[in-house]
Amino acid sequence: MLNDELHLSYQILGDDFTRAGEASSDVKHKLKMMGISPETVRRVAIAMYEGEINMVIHADGGTIDVIISPSEVKLILKDKGPGIADIELAMQEGYSTAPDNIRSLGFGAGMGLSNMKKYTDEMDIETELGVGTTVTMTIKI
Amino acid sequence: MDKFFTAVRLDEDLCKGCINCIKRCPTQAIRVRNGKAVITKKFCIDCGECIRICPHHAKLAVYDSLDVMNDYEYTVALPAPSLYGQFNNLEDINIVLTALKRLGFDDVYEVSGAAELASELSRKYVKDHPEKWPLISTACPSVVRLIRARFPNLIEHLLPIKAPVDIAAAIARKRAMKATGLPSEKIGIIFISPCAAKVSAVKTPLGYEKSDVDAVVAIKDVYPRLLNFMKDIEENQEIEDLTISGKIGISWGGSGGEAGGLLTDSYLAADGIENVIRVLEDLEDQKIPALEFIELNACNGGCVGGVLTVENPFVAKVKLKRLRKYQPVARNHIKKEEIQDPFWTGGVQYEPVFNLGSDIKESIEMMAKVEELCDKFPGLDCGSCGAPTCKALAEDVVRGVASEKDCIHILRQYIHKISDEISTLDSHHTVMPEERNKD
Ligand SMILES: Nc1ncnc2c1ncn2[C@@H]1O[C@H](COP(=O)(O)OP(=O)(O)OP(=O)(O)O)[C@@H](O)[C@H]1O
Ligand code: SF4
Ligand code: SF4
Ligand SMILES: [Mg+2]
Repeated sequence: MLNDELHLSYQILGDDFTRAGEASSDVKHKLKMMGISPETVRRVAIAMYEGEINMVIHADGGTIDVIISPSEVKLILKDKGPGIADIELAMQEGYSTAPDNIRSLGFGAGMGLSNMKKYTDEMDIETELGVGTTVTMTIKI
Repeated sequence: MDKFFTAVRLDEDLCKGCINCIKRCPTQAIRVRNGKAVITKKFCIDCGECIRICPHHAKLAVYDSLDVMNDYEYTVALPAPSLYGQFNNLEDINIVLTALKRLGFDDVYEVSGAAELASELSRKYVKDHPEKWPLISTACPSVVRLIRARFPNLIEHLLPIKAPVDIAAAIARKRAMKATGLPSEKIGIIFISPCAAKVSAVKTPLGYEKSDVDAVVAIKDVYPRLLNFMKDIEENQEIEDLTISGKIGISWGGSGGEAGGLLTDSYLAADGIENVIRVLEDLEDQKIPALEFIELNACNGGCVGGVLTVENPFVAKVKLKRLRKYQPVARNHIKKEEIQDPFWTGGVQYEPVFNLGSDIKESIEMMAKVEELCDKFPGLDCGSCGAPTCKALAEDVVRGVASEKDCIHILRQYIHKISDEISTLDSHHTVMPEERNKD
């Protein structure tokens, strides 16, 4: 491990709504203590929370790796879920496959992925149907 | 005045180092060192949780004694609305107000009267500033102090209107000067407070330069002395008509009261410091649906739950509600020309007191060490080291204010290791002669 990088790793459980958001909340606390600007912290927190929730709702959980360096925060969200059939469609605001019971919890507006794109400097999605999805996001400091 | 002034102190003689308080403090500001609790001032937000929890009454708040009245030629009492919730079967606020004058104050000016003005101003401000929604109430100084240290992204949502007590103090001073012809320094504006946080807020206000309050006394000190006078006043029907507040003003004493005065449904009101923190976290993460206003009170039940009150906060709330029945909705006793600068004159600065290093690079290194130590510690959060959690100890070690071996589990391992080494040395010594014998 490089001295000027910090690696954090989180296991995300599928369908666990009481714990959903714990990982992004932990990262938010840590970033605040590291003197990273409030605006950057906010962007990381929102992007990571949306990604974390997507893993909980759509992909039965997975892992999140966070790599923090003096120049950027990188978020790597990896799951073994169903994969995304049409990324372009999924990225559209308002598109969602969330079932009614999830919508009644206040999720499923179809805004997650577009917010992730909006709040990060780079975002890349690798996905294969039946294998899983990896979302990589970078926020410059 | 130190911008991190706080009103909470420790009585060293009473403190047993029992670690109850370190576990309860919402900002992890307390450690037990050398058997005594120590508060790191810049982390403390004056919430009073440690005062409530300490079984040995070793934590206390500093405030003025009633004798402070003698320091001034003319005094005005500013009773907080929560004071009225302390009494049984109170039907007329004027009895309490008359009793305050019997106690020695020259005049009284109700904070709840100024609260109605604050409600009116807030109503307009909230309506005119949709870009700042949700506006967050700033009447509870603990909440403002929490936000300035932990929620920099929410500072822009703070409602920039002075707390009712400060609006009241300015009006009361002006009236007293006019009525007596005395100079300002001979007049004592004395707040009868439900909490310690107001002591700090008066000494070091946030959002404006100076408070017009000269001294802060505790409801719990005033309460027993008022009772006798009240009985007498009621029996002899010597009640003066002094009240200037209606339902809206009195409601500020309990949680939901301030928001109620805004006459909108688009609000949320949370009380109790842990709940306040949850709301702020969710608000920061944009998990709270669009609202116009958020009322937050550090104490359970609102100001009636302050550490300087006597009655159970939930009972006090019921009593306030009962009392409101006898009041008009609002009264408007304040003349426009009497109102001086009810708005904040400055902003609130983010105080990143929890930062680990002096820059990002150093902080990354320090955070990596914190993570490493957390893996090493047993994760029991036992508190024996004097820190509330293993993680907090790890941060202390990295900050250089504690040692790894403050953890008794690490210390034990270390002692085992040393004693193992010693016994190997020993067995070496005892084996050697035997081996020599064999020869
Ligand atoms: N990790 C994932 N695995 C599989 N499908 C996903 C994943 N993330 C997103 N999707 C698909 O993309 C769609 C759009 O995702 P997006 O986050 O934008 O909206 P949403 O999660 O449905 O609703 P919202 O995020 O507003 O609560 C989802 O409905 C889902 O079909
Ligand atoms: S609760 Fe805190 S202040 Fe009270 S005795 Fe225990 S360690 Fe001391
Ligand atoms: S008053 Fe509150 S913030 Fe301050 S030390 Fe006590 S518990 Fe902690
Ligand atoms: Mg989503």
